[in-house]
Amino acid sequence: MDQRKARPAHPAPIRIMHWMGVYAMGCMIFSGWEIYNASPNLPFMFPAWTGLGGWLGGALAWHLSAMWLLFADGIAYLIYGFASGHFRRDLKPPRPSEVAHDLDAALCFRLKHRMGHYNAVQRVLYAGVIAAIILQVMTGLAIWKPVQFGWLTGLFGGYPIARGIHLTTMFGIVAFVLVHVTLVAIHPRTLKSMIVTVPTETEETP
Amino acid sequence: MSTQCNKPAVSVAEIRPELDRLRRRGFLRNMLSLGSLAMLTGCDLSTHSGVDAALEAILRFDDKVQAALFNRHRLAETYPASAITHPFRFNAYYAEWQVRPVPDNWVLNVSGLVTDRRPWTLSALMALPQQGQITRHICIEGWSQIGQWSGVPLGVFLRRIGADLSARYVYFKCSDGYSTSIDMASALQPQTVLALDFEGKPLAPQWGAPLRLRIPTKLGFKSAKNLEAIEVTNKYPGGYWEDQGYDWYAGV
Repeated sequence: MDQRKARPAHPAPIRIMHWMGVYAMGCMIFSGWEIYNASPNLPFMFPAWTGLGGWLGGALAWHLSAMWLLFADGIAYLIYGFASGHFRRDLKPPRPSEVAHDLDAALCFRLKHRMGHYNAVQRVLYAGVIAAIILQVMTGLAIWKPVQFGWLTGLFGGYPIARGIHLTTMFGIVAFVLVHVTLVAIHPRTLKSMIVTVPTETEETP
Repeated sequence: MSTQCNKPAVSVAEIRPELDRLRRRGFLRNMLSLGSLAMLTGCDLSTHSGVDAALEAILRFDDKVQAALFNRHRLAETYPASAITHPFRFNAYYAEWQVRPVPDNWVLNVSGLVTDRRPWTLSALMALPQQGQITRHICIEGWSQIGQWSGVPLGVFLRRIGADLSARYVYFKCSDGYSTSIDMASALQPQTVLALDFEGKPLAPQWGAPLRLRIPTKLGFKSAKNLEAIEVTNKYPGGYWEDQGYDWYAGV
């Protein structure tokens, strides 16, 4: 029991990988917006001041550089997540009834937040964004190398569709970030727990 | 040849490529944006040289990765004639009304690491073996379209002029001021052709008359139009966009 109490809400490797991921994903999203703006295929553009790179060539340089950081960070996180038991312990797929219960509580602002424990809604969102980032890397490879990785591009329905999925998934990740940052703003102590060692809060009922 | 020369006035849309070019000077000149401020916190924003150098170094690493991923025998997907994009989009570093006619007495000059430097006339090129393709042209901007080209496989041509096939680069110079270069492995990929025809007809000026490169294993800006000279070399030749910061290898 003591051992469990001593466990930090977020172990140091998770905290380091989280912030590296924030930086890498920020570079990818903002440079991606600049790349999209070079030839918008939908009736909207991203505001020019949000772009990273200054012009298409600069944005691509950022995108094709930050991708390595995102990829390395993501692989390290997946290995750590499986090896340490983080996924098994913290991201166990919830039952639909748990999700319904916790979502209802969350929307009524009744959902308790215990440091170091994820409720059903959090588990769905965190697993969802991990899946979205994996999909984003795969569609990214498909549109970066549609000839050399033609099988992968074909899996996504060809180059134009893979490009559309890449854009759509970005919106999903941005939506996650908005919800995530809003919830951190409501519970600021969770921000501290992602920076310094904060102990896990014990279960109220054993 | 140019049928667009009696257009009355110049609109902003028409000179947009030039306006855009004036704005792009190095990677980070216009970097005072949300993205840049967020990403560069802690870097020296007054001199961007360190960040620029890092990005350029990673792009060179990317080029090595791309060359390693490239397989000379892997073919770009081909499509039925029904998949061809109509109308086909014009693209160049200038607007379509600025397309220039073919220079008088056009020949293709050959130089560098080759044994036969005689220039080539159009009829001499037409006498070489021809090969057609319907492939996807993918622009670095993200859009793509399917077109039909035919012409002389570049590998056939390079062997014909006695090119050193172990040389690193093939450089293309164009009559419209454009230029680009590719690696020898990509030059020898069987779908890389010196195209003479587009959609079954001899190339019109806006599609690169009289001779263009068509390379479906690279981004569109590598398929240089209006060729006038080819050089085989071991010295990095760069190119119009490459010199401004586009990733040189640009493989797909």
